[in-house]
Amino acid sequence: MSDLLAFDNVWLEYGDKIVLERVDLAIAERSFVSIVGPSGAGKSSFLRLVLGQEAPSRGRILLDGKQLPAECGPDRGVVFQRYSVFPHLTVLRNVMFARECADARFTARLFGAAKRRAAEEARAMLAEVGLDDSLHLYPTQLSGGMQQRLAIAQALIARPRVLLLDEPFGALDPGIRQDMHRLILRLWDEHALTVLMVTHDITEAFKLGTRVLAFDKRRIDPHAPHRFGATAVYDLLLRNKLPLETPEASVKSITIDRFGNNSQE
Amino acid sequence: MRWVNIRPNRRSAVALGALPLLLALVAYLFASAARHAANASDKVLPTPAAMAAAMRGLLLDADPLSGQVIFWADTAASLERLGLGLGICTLSALLVGMVLGVLPAARATLGAFVTTIAVIPPIALLPILFIIFGLGETAKVALIVIGITPFMIRDIAAHVAALPQEQIVKAQTLGASSWQLALRVALPQALPRLISGLRLSLGPAWVYLISAEAIASDVGLGYRIFLVRRYLSMDIIIPYVAWISILAIAMDFALAQLSRRAFVWAHQGHR
Repeated sequence: MSDLLAFDNVWLEYGDKIVLERVDLAIAERSFVSIVGPSGAGKSSFLRLVLGQEAPSRGRILLDGKQLPAECGPDRGVVFQRYSVFPHLTVLRNVMFARECADARFTARLFGAAKRRAAEEARAMLAEVGLDDSLHLYPTQLSGGMQQRLAIAQALIARPRVLLLDEPFGALDPGIRQDMHRLILRLWDEHALTVLMVTHDITEAFKLGTRVLAFDKRRIDPHAPHRFGATAVYDLLLRNKLPLETPEASVKSITIDRFGNNSQE
Repeated sequence: MRWVNIRPNRRSAVALGALPLLLALVAYLFASAARHAANASDKVLPTPAAMAAAMRGLLLDADPLSGQVIFWADTAASLERLGLGLGICTLSALLVGMVLGVLPAARATLGAFVTTIAVIPPIALLPILFIIFGLGETAKVALIVIGITPFMIRDIAAHVAALPQEQIVKAQTLGASSWQLALRVALPQALPRLISGLRLSLGPAWVYLISAEAIASDVGLGYRIFLVRRYLSMDIIIPYVAWISILAIAMDFALAQLSRRAFVWAHQGHR
């Protein structure tokens, strides 16, 4: 497995406030990386860097060995917690959007046979996420879980090199969340995806990830807390994943050691 | 039951809505009857019969000078000015508002300028318009355009700029260029807002139209009202005002229906 995404001494600073410091990471292709950490520890900033919404103030981020431009592009797909789908397009049109942008540069709309092909492709993708009977509904008519399924299908159809998930299941009911976990693992496997997922839910992080990154500040200066940035303080490769059926309340503790047999009780 | 929980159903809501209108009408009839009992030739509160008699000539007989039926000629002239003005407003507001909303650089460049124009009271510009464009149709249409466009531009620009950042990022990760993003993400979501902005602008648009017609015109609803004021012809002024309100309500209703039909997704309650 080769490194798909590499962080080379990446810093993110706003004026004299340091958000991220000395982030050195290599993320292998096909890995499922969960990112956890307390609020304000730079998880979202980290994701924004990968997304290209912001550029690092120092250091480099490499995707496939090439430096990332400071702009979002179709090589990185994203699913946010909310507002990830277009409210004015039906389910089918939401998923056709990427194809329409790629194939019709001026009108961003396809007609005739090209449109039918795009619709067919979108329908197949929607069938994979279980939305094939809601093709002509608008997102407001869907439940929260269905909206996230739609957002995932919409992102996957553009065949991104990396799929970024920003607390994608945070707003869902526990039962729905388990279904979504099953879905995302299946898609990760079938589409050979590389996934970076930010989550607040530790159980979720250990259930889904092949690797867990914990972001936090290494040091805190009580007189100038903004002068130390966060970085990946724990970087755990998981051998024994939590079983998917693990109910959230049953995990009392997660033991972490550095020798590769992380376990749970 | 608490008063806050009493909700009228559809039928009683219509009846309740009609009640104040009927009350106002009845109050007018009583006041008019009372004044006519005191002075049979009262002109201030004419009876419905007097209004009908006064309007008959304007509605049915052609004006010997122009050969046109005055009431309909007035209506056509006013609606033409209003339609032209609102059409130009809508198109330019959509164009400029989209550019300002989508491109932060354009917003930085032109935002303050549009705001400055927007705070100028349009009526204060009317003399300038008359000087530049003469007393013809152009000045009247221009007043409507200048009066309303800045508000609509700011409304559209603010709405587009306030689209969730997540959507903008998502579109880019799906490969959309700036143009495609504007065309497929921002524009469709700006259109329902454009219509609601237009609905809100109808009131001011009528104000500017009637002001312009009152000052310099030879035909139009506003012109007629201000003309017959000299003869204290309340029997013509009141039907004209009622007609203007009916036209305004019809336009508002038509725009609301258009938005409902064309943008189903925007009218599905919770978002």
